[in-house]
Amino acid sequence: MKEVALNNDVVYLDNAATTPMVPSVINEMLDKMQNVYGNASSTHAAGREAHMILENARQTIAKSINALPEEIVFTSGGTESDNTAIMGTAIARQHLGKHIITTAIEHKAILQPLAWLEKQGFEVTYLPVDENGVISLTDFKAALRDDTILVTIMMGNNEVGSHMPIQAIGEILKDHQAWFHTDAVQAFGLLDIDVKVANIDMLSTSAHKINGPKQLGFLYRKTGLVFPSYLKGGDQEDKRRAGTENIPAIAGFAQAVAELTATEKAKRQAKYYDFKKLVLDRLKQAGVEVAVNGSLTADGLQHVLNIWIKGVSTYVMQTNLDLAGIAISGGSACTAGSLEPSHVLTAMYGSTSPRISESIRLSFGRYTTSDDLNYFVDQVIKIVKRLHQ
Amino acid sequence: MIYFDNSATTQADPTVVDTYSKVSNNIWGNPSSLHNFGEQAFSLLNQSRKQIADIFEIKPHEVFFTSGGTEGDNWIIKGTAIEKRAFGKHLITTQIEHPAVINTMQQLESLGFEVTYLPVDKRGRVSANDVAAAIRPDTILVSVMVVNNEVGAIQPIAEIAEVLADYPKIHFHVDAVQAVGKGLQELVFNSRVDFATFSGHKFHAPRGVGFIYMKEGRRIAPLMSGGGQEKNLRSGTENLPAIAAMAKALRLVHEDEQAKIAQEQVVRQTIIEHISNQPNITVFSETTSDFAPHILTFAIEGVRGETIVHAFEEQGIYISTTSACSSKKEQVSGTLVAMKVPEHIATSAVRVSLDATNTIAEAQQFNQVFDKLYVGFEKIFVKN
Repeated sequence: MKEVALNNDVVYLDNAATTPMVPSVINEMLDKMQNVYGNASSTHAAGREAHMILENARQTIAKSINALPEEIVFTSGGTESDNTAIMGTAIARQHLGKHIITTAIEHKAILQPLAWLEKQGFEVTYLPVDENGVISLTDFKAALRDDTILVTIMMGNNEVGSHMPIQAIGEILKDHQAWFHTDAVQAFGLLDIDVKVANIDMLSTSAHKINGPKQLGFLYRKTGLVFPSYLKGGDQEDKRRAGTENIPAIAGFAQAVAELTATEKAKRQAKYYDFKKLVLDRLKQAGVEVAVNGSLTADGLQHVLNIWIKGVSTYVMQTNLDLAGIAISGGSACTAGSLEPSHVLTAMYGSTSPRISESIRLSFGRYTTSDDLNYFVDQVIKIVKRLHQ
Repeated sequence: MIYFDNSATTQADPTVVDTYSKVSNNIWGNPSSLHNFGEQAFSLLNQSRKQIADIFEIKPHEVFFTSGGTEGDNWIIKGTAIEKRAFGKHLITTQIEHPAVINTMQQLESLGFEVTYLPVDKRGRVSANDVAAAIRPDTILVSVMVVNNEVGAIQPIAEIAEVLADYPKIHFHVDAVQAVGKGLQELVFNSRVDFATFSGHKFHAPRGVGFIYMKEGRRIAPLMSGGGQEKNLRSGTENLPAIAAMAKALRLVHEDEQAKIAQEQVVRQTIIEHISNQPNITVFSETTSDFAPHILTFAIEGVRGETIVHAFEEQGIYISTTSACSSKKEQVSGTLVAMKVPEHIATSAVRVSLDATNTIAEAQQFNQVFDKLYVGFEKIFVKN
């Protein structure tokens, strides 16, 4: 069966900001909204039915990263998962040390809570990245101290798609007290993740980045990690996250995860890689001066393509593409709203690089087609030509 | 099937589900994105915010979206504690709050804050005088629920507001999760109230969405920090389909509000009148105006609450022990204990919680099942 794009008016190349729910996910959710309205904590049959759906979803999701079901805690999304991992660790482990390691290119849901902790007397090391958006393991080893209690390093970057050496970091931390958290919000739908092999202690995800519902995600917490619940209240999620469970959304999330088999993920990575090459080859052929921010490597997140179009400001390109019915981003959606310079590109190229103000991010998704990208390229060529006249 | 557990959660209204579905299919952009598709989402987000503000006659910028009641309570309490800790570390609440308040307070105690848990009277009401007596120079927050979720007692919010009129710096928070659509708007939005918590799924909106009211000029630290959504006070990509659906549900629940309240009252009355005839029954929820119309909690002395719930369930009627959140553990209701109900009666309590869609016919069916079960329970009374 051919999949039909959900909104035909727009060429949507902003899937790292959010993705549309697929019909199978929406149907699953509507079914649960209409038919299963028990509170999963209630002991009557309606409650038990809700509870069963919850636990089945937890199993499906746990399996997708080789975790145990009881290691999955549902949250309101990536932001809550990240905030919980950081604040929970800081509160529970401050007696062991007050040093935390992260990178300069994390999502703001990591950087903001860390900035707050710094004001409370914690020390945070922000590892630099190279021009590919990747940290160096030498830097990491040098930064690691006896009083380091947490290492939080994203699996894949949301602005440039770089893939951090997660397994190597996990290996180094095997004999260290620090807990290892990774923000896998962008990587979850594309990379095969095995938390046991990679020695990951905590991992954050978000459903709406993988064609699931908004305001839902999970935090993987390895068995044995003890820290306080960020949201206190009822005994849901084994007392690790209070709040009535959002059964329809959780069922929808499980549906979205179930569709992301290893084969499907590999297929998408390959397809998106071809998309990247299509865009770059055609732009270069047309004489557009273009360079990739980051690098085209086989192990990167292929759904993100961040490009520098020399001489054309982000704002002008974005506005013109918008008028042509193409949705792209100047950086991440969250920072884009304020038109701040990207902290990711700044970390990669320095604050004076023209790349900071002349780059755009395309991000592909389940519904992206080569037609979309050809249309995008046609429009970019037109815009560049017009500007150079 | 008769669903009498609406205080635990309500069924999403079909037209509300429809809104959720339509927005999911058509306006699924990220409201923070600058392109036109994101702007459509942003515009609907603000439209929903304005709809909610208009219903409550508050300002749109006083509405902040959350993941639900638990987050709202946690945010307001912890956000106040962090924001105002330089001024004081004392908080006042009651013994009958929802766990989202009580457990948050306990967590703050472990971090060096001091909390006063005020008692309630036999009818489950806190006294404004007690609030006045508990206030100290270092008090930063008073948090009192509007409608108690376990017995339905409405708290004297207006009287407490009067007390707090003399202490303009203290944050006054009301948990209004059980108060929506119950004719209590004036109480919730008393001019002295600074913060109120709301949860969508208690008024036929989807789960996983809620909002807080934060009065203009008041400030709390964020609980979710990151991308800077909601004026940098609540980060996280907005759940637009659920938010739009919640705005619709809120409008629907306020349509013919008085008639809906009357319907709940008459259904509740039908049950109260019937069950009160039996000797072993204690009814905690009163029909006076200081009790919410939709909650009826009673005990069948000598029979465990769980036993009663399961007996009704076998007959296709869903009720609960006193609250869903604590119903899994074998624990006595916090509210009934605070009301000094003897333990053997408190463990026998169950809650019927209604909605305007419940009918007198359902109440009568409940009564018939009650009679049948009561005969069976009499054997248990004899054994005891």
